[in-house]
Amino acid sequence: MVQFSKWQIFAVIGVLVLGIFYAMPNLFKEQTLETFPDWVASDQINLGLDLQGGSYLLLEVDLEAVEEEQLTNLVEGIRVNLRTDRIGYQNLRVEGKAATFTLRDASEEMVSRVRQMIFENNPGLLISTDGAKVISEYSDLVLRERRIAVINQSIEVLRKRLDETGTKEISLQRQGESRILIQVPGVKDPDEIKRLIGKTAKLTFHLVDQNADPYSGKAPVGSQIMLSQETQASGQPQRYVIKKRVMVSGENLIDAQSTFQDAQPVISFTFDTTGAQRFARVTQENVNRPFAIVLDGKVISAPVIRSPILTGNGIISGNFTPQSAEELAVLLRAGALPAPLDILEERTVGAGLGEDSVNAGKVASIIGLVLVLIFMGSSYGLFGIMANFALVANLILIVAVLSLFQATLTLPGIAGIVLTIGMAVDANVLIFERIREEIRNGRGPVMAVDAGYKRAIATILDSNITTLIAAVLLFQFGTGPIKGFAVTLTIGIITSMFTAIMFTRLLIVTWLRRRRPQSLGI
Amino acid sequence: MALIKKLPTDPNINFMGKRKLFMAFSVLMIALSLVLVATRGLNFGVDFRGGILIEIRTSEPADLSSLRSRIGSLGLGEISLQEFGAPTDVLINIQKQDGDEKEQMKAIQLVKDELGSAVEEYRRVEFVGPKVGAELKEDGALATLFALLGIAFYIWFRFEWQFSVAALMALTHDIITTIGFFALTQYEFNLATLAAVLTIAGYSINDTVVIFDRVRDELRRYKKMEVIDVLNMSINRTLSRTILTSVTTLLALIALFVFGGEVIRGLSLGLIWGVTIGTYSSVGLAVPLLFATNVRPSIPEEEEEGLVDENGQKIELVQENDKAS
Repeated sequence: MVQFSKWQIFAVIGVLVLGIFYAMPNLFKEQTLETFPDWVASDQINLGLDLQGGSYLLLEVDLEAVEEEQLTNLVEGIRVNLRTDRIGYQNLRVEGKAATFTLRDASEEMVSRVRQMIFENNPGLLISTDGAKVISEYSDLVLRERRIAVINQSIEVLRKRLDETGTKEISLQRQGESRILIQVPGVKDPDEIKRLIGKTAKLTFHLVDQNADPYSGKAPVGSQIMLSQETQASGQPQRYVIKKRVMVSGENLIDAQSTFQDAQPVISFTFDTTGAQRFARVTQENVNRPFAIVLDGKVISAPVIRSPILTGNGIISGNFTPQSAEELAVLLRAGALPAPLDILEERTVGAGLGEDSVNAGKVASIIGLVLVLIFMGSSYGLFGIMANFALVANLILIVAVLSLFQATLTLPGIAGIVLTIGMAVDANVLIFERIREEIRNGRGPVMAVDAGYKRAIATILDSNITTLIAAVLLFQFGTGPIKGFAVTLTIGIITSMFTAIMFTRLLIVTWLRRRRPQSLGI
Repeated sequence: MALIKKLPTDPNINFMGKRKLFMAFSVLMIALSLVLVATRGLNFGVDFRGGILIEIRTSEPADLSSLRSRIGSLGLGEISLQEFGAPTDVLINIQKQDGDEKEQMKAIQLVKDELGSAVEEYRRVEFVGPKVGAELKEDGALATLFALLGIAFYIWFRFEWQFSVAALMALTHDIITTIGFFALTQYEFNLATLAAVLTIAGYSINDTVVIFDRVRDELRRYKKMEVIDVLNMSINRTLSRTILTSVTTLLALIALFVFGGEVIRGLSLGLIWGVTIGTYSSVGLAVPLLFATNVRPSIPEEEEEGLVDENGQKIELVQENDKAS
């Protein structure tokens, strides 16, 4: 234990130098770091949202809504197929998770022909029959694939909405079966984010049924009553009777920008070729009739078509503010979400509180450190000072590891570091106490140090490994703050074992060699 | 100059003689904690109960009663307001709203509309929906359970089953009394607090293992000595370390409590309590429990190295002399 081979000394010093190298960037401002040469480490500690301010949102994708829509579409598809083939049926409807109907002609030949037909049009369907009743449902595999596709598509749309330019550090992750976690650092207006994700943004253009009375309470077949997005002066939303058929939809948009028309904020849009053609035809055939622009089931406005629009460019007017026009333009550019989203959890920390927390954490760490340094120094004298060097080295290593691996430091993580400061000296205390016992048993300085280390190491390993197990399990099974705490605790345990066992030993052994003291002074 | 030299070198406090007292004290503490949790309950934060938490900073010292009545008039059910660290900072807690997640969002908007320009800065807005709250509770409980089992398993693997049982019981004692402490003080119990409770488990086990390690050593060396005396000796021989480590840890934690800011005040207080109770339980509970589970000197798998063996003899004599005097 008092022998150090050359390579061991080299390794200990090497680790410390690397520690300083990787911890150093945290002392500088980011701008200063950019001026350094490339080979210098430049990663700073990655602060959690609770420390730098930001929004954390957990969303749930309403997959049931998607599946319901799929089933409705399936029923409609089957209806069309049966009609084209002139096959008699009744009771075509959604029943639970399946589309069912009863054939008028239940002959074996007919049943197998119908099964063949449905399957060809909808691969991935499980079709079973019960007499004349045909039951079609999607297999679990297909449903799962669709769910994953819906989530991935949602994430893509959200990314476009929140970070169109791709320059912000927004993190979007899939969580579990149906959830999306959004983390946005440094948010000024968290409500804006919520507005951007809260809308499905399904845009459709419909003709207005001018013959029907919107206040009659019942719309004619093929039409439906829709409310306006904005309330009128009376406080009630305006009612429209809208033809259900979608003339053009937002899927065909290739661009949308907010702009001004007659000093009113509006959104100008451009269709792709298909959209432009459809739009041209509709506007040609319906001059002087109102054309409703519908977003998520609410009418934004229903301007009258003055003249045919052949260029595929148009304008959405409505009761917009410059901000809401800009937000809608972003939504339209990003496209519609495949499913509605619910916010399950939100945590927003203002930049001010984050900064306060960082400062408080720094002050607490430094004061805690100084208290421990003074205590150790006065308790163990020279040995205490050596332990103090190890403690400082330990802190540097923690910072270095956090920076190097870009682990996220959270507020509870800072608490973990402060706790580590207190606990890190434990290994040294154990060793010193053992050394003291050996001295009492009449050993000389070198032998006492040797035996002290030898006998303390098993204890240090046992006690730290048990704590390490707890920390790792916390990281594995814990969430949020628990994870942040577990990260620094884990790093702190490992680095403190290194500094206590290797670094202080090197210091003490070097001191023993150079000075050859008669007594250790503890 | 090392102050450590002023400490008595060979303390001989009869800890084991007071084991019944310790036991009674611990049982009482556990009972009290359980009663407190049952009657007063824990002041669950939004993490676990679901609901809304808003921390605001006002431009002038906040008039809590006026704010309370303004927010109270919104009909959002139970609300609570408290000053948070500074006269301009207010923490608003709003109960979980009936209905789904959208209702919670509406409630936040209502409060923001009501407060309007009275607020200079929204320092924190946290909202946890009913679904997630239940999940977090479950995950937290699971994390605790796994951490405890992992620790128990490692100790069983490294020591004997008695050590594992005693450590697990002492740990459970620490966790229950810490939860009891939060029920008593009504400090908010949230995810961060739970992290603190779990760290206490880590700290306390660290402490316990150090003493157990010594017990195992001494049991091997003093096969002829009464087990209870070996246990007592082990506590005494590790006592200076136990105290020193607790003191350094407490020093760091007190700094955290005083200077760490309002948000983690509850967490640091929990840690301070936990370190204290954890240190006590290692000495006063874990070792006596070891005695209660009838721990015996095991046959060492390998004989200790020469140095220790011959030395062991020497210490044995010294010890017997001590007893005689």
